[in-house]
Amino acid sequence: MIHDKSIERRLFHFFNYTILMLTSLLCILPFINLLAVSFSSSAAVSAGNVAFWPVNFTTKAYEFALDGGEFFPSLWIAVKRVVLGTAVNLILMVLTAYPLSKSKQKLSGRNVYMGFFIFTMLFNGGLIPTYLVVVKTGLIDSIWSLILPGALPVFSMVILMNFIKGLPEEIEESAVIDGASPLQILVRVLLPLLKPALATVGLFSIVGHWNSWFDGIIYMNDPANYPLQSYLQTLLLSFEQIMLKSGTDYTQLLSMMNARTGRAAQMFLGAIPILLVYPFLQKYFTKGLVLGSVKG
Amino acid sequence: MLNKLRQQSHYHLMLIPSIVLVFIFSYIPLYGLVIAFQKYNPGLGFNSPWVGWDNFAHVFNQPNFVRTIWNTLYMSVFKIIGGIFVPVLFALLLNEIAHRAVKRTFQTLVYIPNFLSWVIMAGILLDILSSDGIVNTFLGIFGIQPISFLGSPSLFPWTMIVSDIWKGFGFGTVVYLAALTSIDPGLYEAAMIDGAKRWKQTIYITLPLLMPTIVLMTVLSLGNVLNAGFDQIYNLYSPVVYQSGDIIDTYVYRLGIQQAQYSIGAAVGLFKSVISCIMVALSYILAYRVAGYRIF
Repeated sequence: MIHDKSIERRLFHFFNYTILMLTSLLCILPFINLLAVSFSSSAAVSAGNVAFWPVNFTTKAYEFALDGGEFFPSLWIAVKRVVLGTAVNLILMVLTAYPLSKSKQKLSGRNVYMGFFIFTMLFNGGLIPTYLVVVKTGLIDSIWSLILPGALPVFSMVILMNFIKGLPEEIEESAVIDGASPLQILVRVLLPLLKPALATVGLFSIVGHWNSWFDGIIYMNDPANYPLQSYLQTLLLSFEQIMLKSGTDYTQLLSMMNARTGRAAQMFLGAIPILLVYPFLQKYFTKGLVLGSVKG
Repeated sequence: MLNKLRQQSHYHLMLIPSIVLVFIFSYIPLYGLVIAFQKYNPGLGFNSPWVGWDNFAHVFNQPNFVRTIWNTLYMSVFKIIGGIFVPVLFALLLNEIAHRAVKRTFQTLVYIPNFLSWVIMAGILLDILSSDGIVNTFLGIFGIQPISFLGSPSLFPWTMIVSDIWKGFGFGTVVYLAALTSIDPGLYEAAMIDGAKRWKQTIYITLPLLMPTIVLMTVLSLGNVLNAGFDQIYNLYSPVVYQSGDIIDTYVYRLGIQQAQYSIGAAVGLFKSVISCIMVALSYILAYRVAGYRIF
């Protein structure tokens, strides 16, 4: 860039910075407000005194979330879901993308297989028939109902397949000459080369599983089986109910926290894991966009 | 032929788990769409008695249903338009900043909401938009009476449109910024020698070179024209705003899952799937023709 020091240019920079600053603030101030509300007393929050700094600092709302209640059990279910779900996604994606990266000379019926998977991206049965099938398979109230219906993320699989296609063919050929079995080629030769692509699609899966809430609501009859986001969803409707159920003296509880501070605390706790992996997300999500495209 | 199949049998074996799971959870539900033409009976499953087009006739005669189509289109069209305009503008402004660290900070801040689930975003919006929340407290300083952003039928769709753009524009910004940084700086230098001011450079160099990316993003969003955002609206709406806020997906959910009218729900779902499928296929074809982008 060549520096331009005219008045016009300076004025532009002044307004540009102002606009960018205001827009960026609009994106994070709500979170700071949420955090401030979660650490403030119920009286200060009800009076509308809390902006971006806690008033009458208290950790009561967090103690309430972490002490008994559904928060921890649902967090545990969410962790199990993310680990199991991502593992299943990754295994199936590799097992599918590798054969499909071959030409149709090397894999008979390659295009038929491909069509079989791609078609599901274009057309699906929709909510009701899928729900009825999950009911019929007997997976209701099992964690597998959150994992098996989306076991193969087709879009991510295509990203991975395109990545494998881009690897030089000689690598595999020389392994074959060295007498490696197909499984050895996949595990020993290919997987190490796939690391960057696997990181990208793996993060897609992690975020997808962590953020999913709707399948939990419809496939779990017993709210005790809800993963964290589904549990948090129930808080949107009524936090008072949860405070009433907790067994502590309601009026005493209300003097220290209320539905708004309690809900703010649990929403913030639910956002922490995403904020922790955010630096990686930022790096790999843009990469995925580039990896997934075949120009030409 | 047989010999060839034996040689590549390991590839076919690798594909089996994915094929089985996709068959069960994508293709059987697809077959399950037959219940849209049946009177569903849980005992008979997908072999319930046929009723022809009755379910479709029934649902299209409901005044509430026709209104959901209008609401869906209204909100999704404005979300698509704003979802292109805002990030393009933001990326252009951001691109004027020479300081890399500053640029990156702004980008990091606006990209965060993108990764949080709509449950958490709804938790934040319910709080900041409530009558004693920070937005109304702030407006109160100027003597404005509390505004019911989520409870007023005339405001609700715009609260959805604006908050959706707010959550998503960071992603678009990252995409457009990547396109902007790939523009050859030599072009700007040449323009400067010819005496073109910054404004002229933006009009005649930056925008034309950004066009393919803008076209691509627009075309890909066409497939979503019937998705006005179930996750967002389900978590923020209430019966008071059904007249302007109820969309096809929320309608299907209430009818199909909550009221267990599976056949009617499936009929609406099928109607939506057929139109969406055409739009998605069209968008992929357009993306390839116009921007040379293809994913398979």
